[in-house]
Amino acid sequence: MLIDWFTVGAQVVNFLVLVWLLKRFLYQPILHAIDERERRIAAELADADAQRAAAQHERETFQHKNEAFDQQRAALFTHAMDEAKAERQRLLEEARQAADALRAQRRDALRQEADQLDQALRRRTVQEVFAIARKTLTDLAGASLEERLVAVLIERLRTMDDAAHAVFALALQTATDPACVRSAFDLPAAQRTAIQDVIHTAFAPAVPIRFETAPDLVSGIVLTANGQQIAWDIADYLRSLERGVGELLKEKGPPHTAAGPDPSDTAAPHP
Amino acid sequence: MHLSPDETLLWQYGFIKLNATIAFTWGLMFVLAVGSKLITRKLSTELTRSRRQNLLEILVTGIERQIAEVGLPQPRQYLGFLGTLFLFVAAAALATVIPGYEPPTGSLSTTTALALCVLVAVPAFGIADQGLGGYLKSYMEPTFMMLPFNLISEVSRTLALAVRLFGNMMSGAMIIAILLTITPFLFPILMTALGLLTGMVQAYIFSILAAVYIAAATRTRKPAPSEPAPGT
Repeated sequence: MLIDWFTVGAQVVNFLVLVWLLKRFLYQPILHAIDERERRIAAELADADAQRAAAQHERETFQHKNEAFDQQRAALFTHAMDEAKAERQRLLEEARQAADALRAQRRDALRQEADQLDQALRRRTVQEVFAIARKTLTDLAGASLEERLVAVLIERLRTMDDAAHAVFALALQTATDPACVRSAFDLPAAQRTAIQDVIHTAFAPAVPIRFETAPDLVSGIVLTANGQQIAWDIADYLRSLERGVGELLKEKGPPHTAAGPDPSDTAAPHP
Repeated sequence: MHLSPDETLLWQYGFIKLNATIAFTWGLMFVLAVGSKLITRKLSTELTRSRRQNLLEILVTGIERQIAEVGLPQPRQYLGFLGTLFLFVAAAALATVIPGYEPPTGSLSTTTALALCVLVAVPAFGIADQGLGGYLKSYMEPTFMMLPFNLISEVSRTLALAVRLFGNMMSGAMIIAILLTITPFLFPILMTALGLLTGMVQAYIFSILAAVYIAAATRTRKPAPSEPAPGT
């Protein structure tokens, strides 16, 4: 018989013991080690996933911030550009206004200067005219300018036509203020008396008369009464003189304003 | 000339005897247990580990995967029994390279003992999984008329397990012994190599068949596929 039943029983027991031994020393430790390692790997993978997710989140946040920053920068840049443009416009406008003001000021100053020059020229002319007249009269006729002026006034008063005489007489009689004789220089007493006599005899006997001196008076002598005035003046002479001087200046002016001779020609010395 | 290491008696007291089968089995048990203990004493749970630990892990996970492929959904529950079957038979076959060694699986007593263990383990796992009623009911599937055939199948397959393993292991050892007396040099070495291969194959077959039997016993009855809806 090939089967020994004692051996069969012993081998069954042996096998069961071996099962227990291998479970105890082989399967359980090995499986435990494998499980432990797999758990560790899973934990590490989960950790890596979490870190990757966090990194992804960080990257997205950073991208969003970057985009926002770019937009903000572009907005700021546009704003700055607009402001700079506006500021440039404002500065240009200011400069233009300042230039305009300066030009206007300069024009006014020039005009004022021209006016002053004109006034001075006129005054000087008057003085020169009077001086020439005075010297001429003294040299040639032995009479003073004042005498001639008063004589001319008296002559005019006497030779008035009737209508003008009536008007002026009425004006003298109805005047509330005294009649006024203004002259560019002090009148001597003889002339004053002569004028008073003429007025009293020719127009109104008891009209008060006042004498004033006005050095800037263009005309030589003026009699005013109640809005009417009789004068001898040199305004006409002055106007013709101004015209003559103006035409002369225009002829001598710069070439681009008038077709005059070349400045080099005028600057050349005459032989 | 003896057919089985049972016949080599080392010690006897009444019916208690110590023959070569039991002695070599103890030797194998000692080597397996102490070797496992030595290697698993310092197991690493880190990513790096020793080569021996790698070997054992490959072995254990390989057995586990094979059990799962047979159709057992919880392989760790059966790993102790089926894994030990495989390791014991494989170790017994491997050890034939040692001169003077006779594999305990070359004894019909040992293979009968292993087959008896399978014979007991199959209903035990079946009952643990389906309950006693469910397991006993499986003997009358598909009809109660199949009960005797199922019972015959149960006994015959246990017998087949025992005899197949015994025949293969005993014949391998015996062929080597015979060839040693005829052609003492190269040919026995080739036969020993062939014996190693057949030993591995037998270990695989034995444990896989046991796994298949357990899987058949524990397979829970799945609900029949629902009838197709009318009109489709």
